[in-house]
Amino acid sequence: MPKTAMVKIEPKDYKKDDLIKVNTVIMHPMDTGLVKDKESGKYIAAYHITDVEVYYGNERITTMKLSGSVSANPFISFYVKATKTAPLKIVWKDNKGDVTEKVIDINVG
Amino acid sequence: MNRRELLKGAALAVSGLTFGSSLLTDVFAVELADAPPPKKSYEEALKEITGGKTVADSDKVKLIAPEIAENGAVVPVTVEVELPIEQVKAIHILADKNHNARTMSVELTPANGKAYISTRIRLAESMNVVAIAQLADGSFIKAQKPVKVTIGRMWIINN
Repeated sequence: MPKTAMVKIEPKDYKKDDLIKVNTVIMHPMDTGLVKDKESGKYIAAYHITDVEVYYGNERITTMKLSGSVSANPFISFYVKATKTAPLKIVWKDNKGDVTEKVIDINVG
Repeated sequence: MNRRELLKGAALAVSGLTFGSSLLTDVFAVELADAPPPKKSYEEALKEITGGKTVADSDKVKLIAPEIAENGAVVPVTVEVELPIEQVKAIHILADKNHNARTMSVELTPANGKAYISTRIRLAESMNVVAIAQLADGSFIKAQKPVKVTIGRMWIINN
């Protein structure tokens, strides 16, 4: 089941070859696997985002590996250089096989 | 509406809320495991990243993290490498006393324009946050900063 995710860029007005800051956030519990369930005394299984991939056009420009030590609802920001008009796609994958995708358009006119 | 009706309404709303939350926990039922995931120490994580190479301290790596974090569950960390993006292959964020010290690894390309990453991490207790930059020539540079955590394991006990 895909999760809720948001992508925002700043600044809103940019020209070709400008640096754009991409702020992303996804709603995910990011269970570390270290928390004990009070009733059963067992551990709540690890459940977290493992991979974040960023595609600009057809090219994969950034690959991230995450562990459970990243906070719940992980917020990540990074930069992209606006070299061309193309979609910017961010893909989140978690350790249960869920894939969430979000696409925004980079338009340099 | 008189006072009695208002109170009745409020009581109903509260019971509705509790009913709703019990439904929520049913939908998001958590899986249980007998054992926690394997431990990865700082030394192991470092070896995994560098393959045993030495990592030099460098002021080219700018690590921004709070000196005192009130809540260990959400510690903002920003890493910027003040080198041309062509020279930076990856940025790694480590937390040296966490169960899994290797927190995040980011592989960058020149299309990023700037060697920068910002996120929020968890710290189980007061420890060093380490940012390692992997350079295109195969060398590694790092910066580290001690972060004091006032409420640490809270997120382990009561997530």
